[in-house]
Amino acid sequence: MSTTEQPTTPGFEVDPAAFRHLADAQVNVELDTGDMILNMGPQHPATHGTLRLVVRLDGERVIAADPVIGYMHRGYEKLTEFRTYPQVTTLINRIDWLSSFANEVPFVHAAEQLMEIEAPPRAQYIRTALTELSRIATFLLFLGEMGLQVGALTPAFYGFRDREHVLNLIEAATGGRFHPNFNRIGGLKDDLPWGWISETRNVMKIVLDACDVFEDLVVGNEIFQARTRSIGIIPGELGASYGVSGSNLRASGVDWDLRRDGAPYLAYPDLDFQVFTHPDGDSFSRYWVRLQETRESARMVLQLLDGMPAGPIMAKVPRIIKVPEGEAWVETENPLGQMGYYVVSKGATGPFRVKIRSASFSNVSILPWMLRGVYVPDVVTILASLYFILGDIDR
Amino acid sequence: MNALAVEIPWGVLLAIKAVVILAVVPLGALVLGYTFLLKMMSHMQSRLGPMDPGGFHGWFQLIGDGIKFLQKEDIVPDEADRRVFALAPTVVVISTFLIFVVIPAGPRLQVANLDVGVFYALAVSSLSVIGVLMAGWASANKFALIGALRAAAQLIAYELPLLLAVVGVVIQAGTMSLQGIVSAQQDGAIFGWSGIGNPFILTQFVGFLLFLIAAQAELTQTPFDMPVAESELVAGYMVEYTGFRFLFFFIGEFGTATAFAALAATLFLGGWSIPGVHGTAADLLGPLVLVVKLMAVAFLMFWVRFTYPRLREDQLQALAWKVLIPIALVNVIITAIIKVAI
Amino acid sequence: MAKLPGLIGGLGITFKTMLKGAVTVQYPHEKEAPPTRARGVIALSEENCTSCMLCSRSCPDWCIYIEGHKEQRPPKREGGRPRSVNILDRFDIDYALCMYCGICVEVCPFDALFWSPEFEYSEPNIASLLHNKDRLGAWFATVPAPEPLEVGADSGKKK
Repeated sequence: MSTTEQPTTPGFEVDPAAFRHLADAQVNVELDTGDMILNMGPQHPATHGTLRLVVRLDGERVIAADPVIGYMHRGYEKLTEFRTYPQVTTLINRIDWLSSFANEVPFVHAAEQLMEIEAPPRAQYIRTALTELSRIATFLLFLGEMGLQVGALTPAFYGFRDREHVLNLIEAATGGRFHPNFNRIGGLKDDLPWGWISETRNVMKIVLDACDVFEDLVVGNEIFQARTRSIGIIPGELGASYGVSGSNLRASGVDWDLRRDGAPYLAYPDLDFQVFTHPDGDSFSRYWVRLQETRESARMVLQLLDGMPAGPIMAKVPRIIKVPEGEAWVETENPLGQMGYYVVSKGATGPFRVKIRSASFSNVSILPWMLRGVYVPDVVTILASLYFILGDIDR
Repeated sequence: MNALAVEIPWGVLLAIKAVVILAVVPLGALVLGYTFLLKMMSHMQSRLGPMDPGGFHGWFQLIGDGIKFLQKEDIVPDEADRRVFALAPTVVVISTFLIFVVIPAGPRLQVANLDVGVFYALAVSSLSVIGVLMAGWASANKFALIGALRAAAQLIAYELPLLLAVVGVVIQAGTMSLQGIVSAQQDGAIFGWSGIGNPFILTQFVGFLLFLIAAQAELTQTPFDMPVAESELVAGYMVEYTGFRFLFFFIGEFGTATAFAALAATLFLGGWSIPGVHGTAADLLGPLVLVVKLMAVAFLMFWVRFTYPRLREDQLQALAWKVLIPIALVNVIITAIIKVAI
Repeated sequence: MAKLPGLIGGLGITFKTMLKGAVTVQYPHEKEAPPTRARGVIALSEENCTSCMLCSRSCPDWCIYIEGHKEQRPPKREGGRPRSVNILDRFDIDYALCMYCGICVEVCPFDALFWSPEFEYSEPNIASLLHNKDRLGAWFATVPAPEPLEVGADSGKKK
């Protein structure tokens, strides 16, 4: 992809005069200034991966922005056409690599729906616990890393430091820190190791303390608030029409959480949890909502541990799994937003076609609208607050 | 300078002074960089920092980094203006060297005892703005240009609070010479008690805070590091600099931090002086005392640097023009009134 | 009680963290032991392997290379048929390709592959990451015993 070709988002070729009013025209009206096209290119610390953001600047104001995605396209949907179900489960770990366990869940659910089997209750509880643990892991990274994008160096380290405990838990149970590859059609690969439940209780205390630290260090910091309040406001309805989902939409006041409102899946119907919304819809509220959700996830994990049923972790499935013909669509509340898999099966050992609806792809689609008229530093704040993963956008 | 009983020819004296200044800047950069950037920042982030280079807690890390930079390839971007590109780091570093000319380390340990020491120090420290602009323009890089323009606006805006914060000290001391200011603190008394002299930090507390904030901005350190915003501009105006040219910028940055910390220690904490110690003892202890005081000030500066996020450019400017300058003016007025009335 | 402005509170947190000490584990001078189930390297038990090729076929990356041949062995008892055994000629796992997914270990019907938490086998050149039969057998010494399961686990069949 040539880095000098002009992007083609409609609206990018704008008449600068029409946007002068956004760009502090008092000074520029006598000077005949030109616009600058800046390429916040695939390699940039602020774009969380290989996202290319071509912005047209007037001084420090953005007049138009065009995200160019696809630098990390790995051809997932094509790959799944030639893999068996266990192999696909391995691959899709790597879509959203920070909360890998959560990627496997909707796919395995879809396959189980087609096979008309259900995982036993213990497996559902453990799956829910691991999903919430991966949510905590990825949100801790977000809480630290958004501080970093806004300029504070220390919260990032605290986020990584506290995340290590959660990753150790996931590794103790599944064998892999980042890519657990633990779901199987019909249940899970293994049961939990001895001592995992008490260890998890300790780690949840650490997580709750870490959330308090972030609240004092970042949320309470006046400079952070000055940088994030009223920046990047997404009106609730507009966000929903663009397909924004997850914490981004809840931060705009839309009370929508698939764990509570969507089709029941995993152990969520048994849990008592609160869904947080914030009326403002700016970057600060996105940070705040994710902070509260981290705390809530920790409490949910504690509930799950208290109510963990005994029993098998695998339903009766044949050795070689052939999923009967049919199509299934399952969407779940992943940490990044709403993730869905549409699985088409023709009765073989592998899927015929898998369509992956990834959350970040739709979250990023609102960027051209949102970035008009903001300052360059605010671009970084907005990108950080939307919290997308490139693997999730490009697949 | 006649610390010894020998008459030193002025040529040799000049050479000694030049060597001292040339040595102090990298040394200060090294010590501050190691203590605060490598060790204090690491411990604030629950990690250890370099531990292996040199064996004992990685003391060799920065020196090794310096040697590494010196042997790197000299890359100049294709479309860059070669001469300006090469000159820019030199201009920045020269301004650092020049500040140390007036900072006293003892009653007779000073390179030049200018009567307008304070004025000279602050004037010379603003030379670095030119270097920054040169670097940003000559790099032929849009990110560098944005960083340089931000830096120019910021550094110029924060000159005023810096200056006004010091005016209060000058009024109270009655002299602009740094040696004079130190003597005023050493020999002064608080309501008649001269136990600790009269460090101006007590009466000029507002001025001290303003000086610290303005110095933080002059050094483009968080929360005022928009020009070098790491997560946006990846080193801003320095982005195209590699190898020994980057080393100059690095030494300039930490050397200027040392200089400002030394200035703050001299203006507000009494510099090299301990009340009651005069003469040769002060000559021997002076540098040590100055180092301790400047490390304390630098600790504050770096503590703030590693904790806060950065202010956006317009918020930064608003802070300077709408908040700091009025406070500084009020401080000056009150100091003047009290000085004349009491 | 009035809350301190966030700016001061933030300074307090970084100061406290500075005094609390670092959490760094200074690898390679100090090492943390990975959990028992950690997927570090795959060990081969050559006598169990029958070259059924199940692992090789189920690998998503096709990083397992197996070649074998059949040989005749004398019968167990007098007058019986000669037994044929599989002799492995080649069993290579290319760790440059391996995704560490564990499908091969899981599908092996004869318990010939095991996970080991060993992870320190990085090499300066990629070709050396192809572990052959002997090297894979050598990893067997590091395979940990299966650990006990958590309370409530079904101790019946565990796949």
